[in-house]
Amino acid sequence: MTGKAAIAPVNRVVPLSTVDGPGARSTIFLQGCNIACLYCHNPETQQLCRHCGQCVAVCPADALTMKNGKVMWNEAACIGCDACQKICPYNATPKIHWMAAAQVMEAIRPNLPFIRGITVSGGECTLYPAFLEELFQQAHKQGLTCLMDSNGMVDFQQLSGLMAVTDGVMLDVKAWDTAVYQTLTGVADNSPVKRNLAWLYQVGKLPEVRVVYMPGYVDAKAAVEGIASILGAGVQTVKLKLIAFRCHGVRGVAEQTREPEKNEMESLNNLAEKLGFLHIQLV
Amino acid sequence: MFDTENTYKIVTSQKLTHEQKLMGLAKAAENGLDVLDIPEKTQHYFSTGAINDLFEGHAPYRPRYTMPDYARFVKNGSAFLGLEPPADLDELLNSLMILYRHVPSITNFPVFLGSLDKLIDPFLDGYTDDEIRKKLRLFMTYLDRTITDSFCHANLGPEETRAGNLILDVEAELKNTVPNFTIKYDPAVTPDAFMEKAIQTSLLCSNPAICNDTANCDVYPGGYGISSCYNILPIGGGAYTLTRVTLRKLADEARDVRHFLNELLPECLTLMADYINQRIRFLVEKSGFMESSFLIKEGLMEKDRFVAMFGVTGLAECVNHLLRNEDKMYGRDKEADDLAEEILKTIRTLVDGMEAAYSPLYGNRFVLHAQVGLDSDHGVTSGVRIPVGDEPDDFFAYLRHSGRYHHFFPAGVGDIFPIATNVDQNPAALLDVVKGAFAGGMHYMSFYAADSDLVRITGYLVKRSEMEKFRKDAVVLQNTTHLGAPNYEDNRLAERKVRMV
Repeated sequence: MTGKAAIAPVNRVVPLSTVDGPGARSTIFLQGCNIACLYCHNPETQQLCRHCGQCVAVCPADALTMKNGKVMWNEAACIGCDACQKICPYNATPKIHWMAAAQVMEAIRPNLPFIRGITVSGGECTLYPAFLEELFQQAHKQGLTCLMDSNGMVDFQQLSGLMAVTDGVMLDVKAWDTAVYQTLTGVADNSPVKRNLAWLYQVGKLPEVRVVYMPGYVDAKAAVEGIASILGAGVQTVKLKLIAFRCHGVRGVAEQTREPEKNEMESLNNLAEKLGFLHIQLV
Repeated sequence: MFDTENTYKIVTSQKLTHEQKLMGLAKAAENGLDVLDIPEKTQHYFSTGAINDLFEGHAPYRPRYTMPDYARFVKNGSAFLGLEPPADLDELLNSLMILYRHVPSITNFPVFLGSLDKLIDPFLDGYTDDEIRKKLRLFMTYLDRTITDSFCHANLGPEETRAGNLILDVEAELKNTVPNFTIKYDPAVTPDAFMEKAIQTSLLCSNPAICNDTANCDVYPGGYGISSCYNILPIGGGAYTLTRVTLRKLADEARDVRHFLNELLPECLTLMADYINQRIRFLVEKSGFMESSFLIKEGLMEKDRFVAMFGVTGLAECVNHLLRNEDKMYGRDKEADDLAEEILKTIRTLVDGMEAAYSPLYGNRFVLHAQVGLDSDHGVTSGVRIPVGDEPDDFFAYLRHSGRYHHFFPAGVGDIFPIATNVDQNPAALLDVVKGAFAGGMHYMSFYAADSDLVRITGYLVKRSEMEKFRKDAVVLQNTTHLGAPNYEDNRLAERKVRMV
């Protein structure tokens, strides 16, 4: 390899996840997102730290210091109280590590006998394609499959190097109608998601599509129907995960929004069945 | 001395079933005998709790665990029982039900029911799956309601069979405590899909447990089975007896680590070996079992296929006690884990140097077994497990830790894990973890869903709902509910760390 290794801001590495793709996987959460969903359950991953320093004062463990205009995090001293994240006005956190792919591989090395792959989540992991490409290359050498969780706002067709080493993308289709999408995410145009949906299926890299149903904010029925129309025969192979919005961890209007009733999720499930989906999971 | 008071208590109990009273009275009578010669120093270790014979009784008159060769029974029938070899599925299940009634053990019930899938599979031609499930439902209900002690085990695998699949179906539906099932797992033989189904079943009804077949298949010539509480024993024989050393209790007398390793362990283990041999000799030479049992006469068990298990428990607290001034903890600190390994190596060297009576199958040596515990244990964690509350947060760290110690125990060792309830959506994830754990040296593991009614106590299963009845002084069918209820509380089993969250 030539040149400097790409680095990315790593929020955390979870050694064992059972909900980020098939089998046992280690999941790497990257910091920073290109949209801001109302229902985001880890909003502290949305932005990178601006080093404003407001968190330093509230840290009860003196794990945060200001050094040369940068907020420094002492992980060993940190007690994990999240006071820094609660006070952060920017939906960011000082608790990240900038890591190269080799460092991430080192962190997951002890997990290797137990896992079949890794999944990179976020934030939005596609903001760091060069890092992902290096990580996936190294992970493949260890026999691991490599998946991404993505909102599909970055055009995958432009990321040919990364996609060559990606086994699949679990695509979050947030909403179908453009106006609904804008209210939910703050971004006006969701046509990239739809293009990615079609393309990923076409190239056989779409193991799973997800819809989170938040009452009043997500046009879930339209999304399920839209996904079905784009996938065509793909409804028989692609897994559809229908996720009920949960208040846990959310901020803003989402705190005042009700969680869906069981029968609402079941009616979504029935709709998906009617449209021919064979692999539906309600969460 | 005959214990009149205890006997009266049994006779007049309002909490015991008739059958439980009968067995209690038999034990009281046996304990009225005084046939073993127990030296004063051995008595001392009994009184401290360092040696414990698990209430086997004072005059052993049947092997603790019997492992009949059921395949042979199916092939030959039984002259003693007046049974021809079964010709169809109904005859097979009926014959097995009859034979089980006559298989003795320490619990007075069979502790091993054979590899049920292999026994049943050849008899399935001509039946639909529904017809077979109906027959299995009746058969398995009969077992659960008549073998009223859940130290009872049936085996599956490692090959996938139609019978194995149907047994799993019925087990998931009935959610019984008896028998326990263990599936022998060999990644080269057992298909992933079948294992995922087995794991899915275990998340529904806490069965089957999973045994590392490649690690266990060569322990004894002639094949092994899993019985009772994770006892790996030779088919066509069994185990005479099980006495255990509780390392934590022995450590109470230790001046320091060297005193424990160099003086206490050699003395205590030598006395324990002598005691075990006395029990074996009485059983073989005096009890008449080997002469009278039709299971021996008809070749379903052979005299020479019994082994002498040597139980070990409470390693965690022993290590923590010995290192209490250094603030090192078993399962967390390298120094503690290294000492644990040194203790086990010392035990293995000592025990390998002792001669076990009437044990030719295992080279006249004792076989180490990680004993899972008693209802009366307080502050003693089963075998080599990490105590509840001290478990590392990282599941993989726990599994690597277990992998380091399991190989010391050819006669059985195991771990139990409550699993997050949503893992049933991805059983392949748990299979991946099992593969990693077995590749890393673990020999045996079992799971239950964190919200299941069926809880694994030390190795056996008890229903939370039955424990609740027992606590309210109601009569309960299963003997093991009596053992499980106090153990569940005393050892804080409700606080076991839930895994795969």
